[in-house]
Amino acid sequence: MNAILTVMRRELVGYFATPVAWVFIVIFLVMAGVFTFYMGSYYERGIADLSPFFQFHPWLYLFLVPAISMRLWAEERRSGTIELLLTLPITVNQAVMGKFLAAWLFLGIALALTFPVWITVNYLGAPDNGAITAAYIGSWLMAGGFLAIGSCLSAVTRNQVVAFILSVVVCFGFLLSGLPMVMNLFSGWAPQAMLDVIADFSFLVHFSTLSKGVLDLRDFVYFGLVMAFWLFANSIVLELKKAN
Amino acid sequence: MTELHIQAKALSKHYGNLIAVDELSFEVHSGEVLGFLGPNGAGKSTTMKMLTGFLAPTSGTAIVKGHDVQQDSLAARKCIGYLPEGAPSYGEMTVRQFLEFVARVRGFAGRQVQKAAGDAIERLNLSTVPEQVVETLSKGFKRRLGLAQAIIHDPEVLILDEPTDGLDPNQKHEVRQLIREMSSEKIIIISTHLLEEVQAVCNRAMIISDGRLVVDDTPAGLTARSRYHNAVSMVVEDSTRVASVLSELPEAAKVELSEGELTVFPSDQPGLFEVVSKAVRDHGWKVHELKLEAGRLDEVFRQVTQGEVQQ
Repeated sequence: MNAILTVMRRELVGYFATPVAWVFIVIFLVMAGVFTFYMGSYYERGIADLSPFFQFHPWLYLFLVPAISMRLWAEERRSGTIELLLTLPITVNQAVMGKFLAAWLFLGIALALTFPVWITVNYLGAPDNGAITAAYIGSWLMAGGFLAIGSCLSAVTRNQVVAFILSVVVCFGFLLSGLPMVMNLFSGWAPQAMLDVIADFSFLVHFSTLSKGVLDLRDFVYFGLVMAFWLFANSIVLELKKAN
Repeated sequence: MTELHIQAKALSKHYGNLIAVDELSFEVHSGEVLGFLGPNGAGKSTTMKMLTGFLAPTSGTAIVKGHDVQQDSLAARKCIGYLPEGAPSYGEMTVRQFLEFVARVRGFAGRQVQKAAGDAIERLNLSTVPEQVVETLSKGFKRRLGLAQAIIHDPEVLILDEPTDGLDPNQKHEVRQLIREMSSEKIIIISTHLLEEVQAVCNRAMIISDGRLVVDDTPAGLTARSRYHNAVSMVVEDSTRVASVLSELPEAAKVELSEGELTVFPSDQPGLFEVVSKAVRDHGWKVHELKLEAGRLDEVFRQVTQGEVQQ
């Protein structure tokens, strides 16, 4: 546990020592604002809730989370620090967790900095603050899912651009897996049970219930499993690279 | 009887069809400073990466202080200090932050963290730059920072991949001094392609070529393998005439003349140097330089590593 915290701390210090953190936070806040107020017609709807704000989060994360995750392992491999990190007395799992938690916490900070939107909606009307809390939690969980995918794919390559593109593509697949675009690929030949599983993989479906303020245990479990699976795969990728 | 500390057992590493390290076996004991020598791509770094647990061997294993590097990797890594090739470090951190990070991962806690980092800064003469960002350091400072993180926990085993690469002569001298100071109670393995470094700090040298061990000897033993061992070199006027006289001596096996320097190689009869210096006095030759050769390491190196290729 100590090793995880130490790695996490180092990573966080690293984020804020470089322009990465500041650029990311500014872009994230600006984009979130643009989506909410222009594309989401926040004012025109005349309803005091934050659904125009949350409904664009999956699309925001689709590009911004891989931008954070692409450097996680690719950068370590390119600069050679991976050799330093993995010969210190910590396990691969601890290193993976430490780096993931730092990035996830960082995304949490960025998300928390959208609080003026929350204040605004309270100023304008009387929203259901419980539902907003649930949506924030859901949004952060979904960010963790995207991040775990990106972290694993970043370990595959030493090239950050490749890591970014792979992550966007895989995240896109996960995002849309419940929609006809993906389902049509499988329907007709795959058994119904498999279709149900694929449909159930969709980030959008699970996030939509959370973003409506419904705290369903199944959605928590789902995002938890997605993170666990991809982080486990991340460790395996690193172990395989050792053996190669 | 020295305590057994590192034992490599038929260590092998294959990359597809390429055999980087081929059943390498050796033992290193406490107090030994072992120099890995070999041409680029001989498998020196790969061997070190396997000893430190960064790469898994294709077959074979190594035991470090009683811990198998594969089964009991964490325990093995705890007693090793490692400077990877190129001395990588996190560029965005300051020197002190970086060393404190390594100290924490190495198990220091509380005030000991600052103390360990401070001591390492002191030992490697980094006290002028502790708050500087690593990225902005010169190559020499980066290398010393890499060494500082390797010794921060006073490890029993030090594995240093090209520790003096990129350092100026003064810094090289300092690092070698440091290695010599630490050598009595530790096992130190260094890889290098600088032959003079082996003579300066190592008490044992292994030449690796194509992933196999070709020579395992002391640096003195290594130079004694040279055909120049006990040869006499001189710079003399009228060298062709001198050469013909010297080649008549029973103590001389062969006389070679190149670039104005005359080298007399010994035959199996001893005392070549005395005989040559007597001849110089007797004939009244004008000698500008006269020396007894210990042997030339670079020549031995070429001979054993290129000999392998030709086989």
